Amino acid sequence: MRIATFMAATALAAGLVTSASAETVRWARSQDATTLDPHAQNLGTNHNFLHHIYETLVDRDTEGTLIPRLATEWNLKEGDDTVWVFKLREGVTFHDGSEFTAEDVVFSLERAKTEASNMRQLHADVASVSAVDDYTVEVQMEGPSPLYPNNLTNTFIMDKTWAETNDVVEVQDFAGGEDNYAVRNTNGTGPYTLASRDPDVRSVMTAYEEHWAEEAPDVAEIQYVVISEAATRVAALLSGEVDFVQDLPVQDVERLSNQGGVKIETGAENRSIYFAYRFGEEPLRSSNITDRNPFNDPLVREAIHLAVDREAIQQVVMRGQSDPTGIVVPPFVNGWTEELDAYPAPDIERARELMAEAGFPDGFTVTLDTPNNRYVNDEAISQAVAGMLSQIGVNVTLASRPVAQHSPLIQNNETDFYLLGWGVPTFDSAYNFNDLIHTKEGDYGAYNGGLYSNPELDEKIVALGTQTDLAARDAAIAEIWEAVQADRVVLPIHNQVLAYAMKDNLTLAVHPENQPRLYEMQVAE
Amino acid sequence: MLAFILRRLGQSILVMLVVALISFMLFRYVGDPIASMVGQDTRIAEQEMMRERLGLNDPFYVQFFNFVVNAVQGQFGISYRLQQPVMDLIISRAPATLELAFTSAILALVMGLALGVYTAIRSDGLVSRFLMTASLVGVSLPTFLIGIGLIYVFAVELGWLPSFGRGQTVDLGGWQTGFLTTSGLLSLVLPAITLSLYQMTLIMRLVRAEMMEVMRSDYIKFARARGVPQRRINYGHALKNTMVPVITITGLQLGSIIAFAVVTETVFQWPGVGLLFIQSVQVVDVPVMAAYLMLIAFVFVVINLAVDLLYHVVDPRLRVSTGTAK
Repeated sequence: MRIATFMAATALAAGLVTSASAETVRWARSQDATTLDPHAQNLGTNHNFLHHIYETLVDRDTEGTLIPRLATEWNLKEGDDTVWVFKLREGVTFHDGSEFTAEDVVFSLERAKTEASNMRQLHADVASVSAVDDYTVEVQMEGPSPLYPNNLTNTFIMDKTWAETNDVVEVQDFAGGEDNYAVRNTNGTGPYTLASRDPDVRSVMTAYEEHWAEEAPDVAEIQYVVISEAATRVAALLSGEVDFVQDLPVQDVERLSNQGGVKIETGAENRSIYFAYRFGEEPLRSSNITDRNPFNDPLVREAIHLAVDREAIQQVVMRGQSDPTGIVVPPFVNGWTEELDAYPAPDIERARELMAEAGFPDGFTVTLDTPNNRYVNDEAISQAVAGMLSQIGVNVTLASRPVAQHSPLIQNNETDFYLLGWGVPTFDSAYNFNDLIHTKEGDYGAYNGGLYSNPELDEKIVALGTQTDLAARDAAIAEIWEAVQADRVVLPIHNQVLAYAMKDNLTLAVHPENQPRLYEMQVAE
Repeated sequence: MLAFILRRLGQSILVMLVVALISFMLFRYVGDPIASMVGQDTRIAEQEMMRERLGLNDPFYVQFFNFVVNAVQGQFGISYRLQQPVMDLIISRAPATLELAFTSAILALVMGLALGVYTAIRSDGLVSRFLMTASLVGVSLPTFLIGIGLIYVFAVELGWLPSFGRGQTVDLGGWQTGFLTTSGLLSLVLPAITLSLYQMTLIMRLVRAEMMEVMRSDYIKFARARGVPQRRINYGHALKNTMVPVITITGLQLGSIIAFAVVTETVFQWPGVGLLFIQSVQVVDVPVMAAYLMLIAFVFVVINLAVDLLYHVVDPRLRVSTGTAK
């Protein structure tokens, strides 16, 4: 009791002290950006860090909508729907003082398209980029690409002259044993400049006074520290050594929200967790049914759909920190509707009937492959589902692996039944259809590890890519979803929820791509 | 003596080669590094291209051969995760680990010896019994739990010590030291205690057992009969003769302190090579993992060599026996 009073007193005192110097925010997360070269890798952690230093043409706000950043407006060129025109912001300077112009955009988009760049696939449909004048850029696409601006939210703009001076015109090629200047040095137009960097330990960023935004951010200095152990990260917040914690474990959310001096912000993440099946007549590799594939029967898939209790998973496994769903996209993705999102209450009786009807009154056995270090409580979700399926006779053997071993199983089609999490960086359903639903061939169906194939849907999916009439396109998306849902191609479980913990004088909403922007953080006195 | 050293050196090189081979074989099963290097929206074709560029499609023996040839020259390639030369990374992280390891080793040795001698001489005392029981807890509690427990008591509840990191460091010509700043020293306290606890209890129990054994031997009885002061018997005669096993264990434990600092470094986010290793394992950063394992093997080999040589200095009987065996 006495300790508690003492604690409260010190917490209060600490609170008073920090509010005086509240402009510095110490931000802790589980891993560091792997490189500062903006086009070397396509990783959320890197983008998150770099959004403070570099800027993109267009950006995405916490609602998931596109907003202007270095481009003030963008539209398809009149009379030619294969050209995107970007109007650039005037009066923007790089941190070294040089002016931002169309040349820099041309240079950066071309750099992002080179072979060593991992951002390449986002610009695969770009034929050429050209500067019309100092503040107008035209991007010539290979064909109609109505959604190209969606691909630009993480492609950062570099200073052409700076890149040439420091010999970083080319993206670092680390297979060649290279280690270039841009990996550790920056020159962006963003709201912060890099003051110091010690990879994996601590990076300091200070507000850039010449930034074009009218108001200076509340946070004048960011100290970005890496604490990989979740318990230590939380302890550092409680002891007042850090102010803002990302990558918060779900089991700590409730406890922390009852803690004085700490505030929790939660919000939907752009990532859905689902299970997928092996399709095709060929018998499953891991099943006791050796003459056919039970998953190929729609009745079995429906039975499984009815046997899974999504709300129980939310309450027990996720401790309330998830949004159960009936569709593999979160609500802010184009194509999502409330009807599609609906899921049935579990009905074991009906599910058993369906199993019997499908010819499996005694059920069957199957191996379920699950990652154990990629998504929030991924292994525990699989365990829960395995338990639920045993009620209808589907006896699941759980095979749990780190994501580095799990992911090749899906890419090489070596799994009968698996868990996967899927985010939609373009915020449009076509992205899911391309990778998860389309038959696996060429550029399509990369993560369709169960080899689902429906030629009729394939045609519609391909057509989406070049459809510029947005109303017709949306109608086509609705049609495809209806077919996918009716066919129970995948088994959606929930959308992940993100939580950020911070000192209670700070305010920052959760970003759907887990990219908190500290220049948007509000600091109360 | 020279022949002895040469023979041990030959053995050491063989050990290093075997470690290289085994670690290299193991890495084929830890997973696909590409899966951790890219996001889900990287196309499969792009991933295939990266795999080709990194030489992951080469046959095993080609990869192994390249690895050994480069390793001999101190080249371990570029870290997949941090995109910096692995050797630079390890060299920049080594001071943190070495400072932590040596602080822990000295703490363990000094405290272990003192407590061991004390509990041996006053084996029936109340304090001794308490220490012996407490030492059992020290041996059996996992490092992780001890670390988190210390953090909660001393960082979160009391607010006396930092919970993570190394604090401020000073650059001494390429060696980042935390010994010269207050925050550096404060940051060292909890991890050093955590890391040393196991070794400390081990040394204490060992010293106690050895010492009690020696105290029963004839020459101690004779010394006592001759009227040699108890103090001299304890420290001059008995302690000296308990030192051989203690040196062996301490030497080997120094290796394990460096090798197993992994857990402590993870709990305290101590930016040393152990933490680097764990972070690399999580993303299958093969060049770093391979280099780390080689380094640890090297440390063990060197320590073993040093321990063998130390025996000769401390215990004259060993000198005679190698001499006659030749």
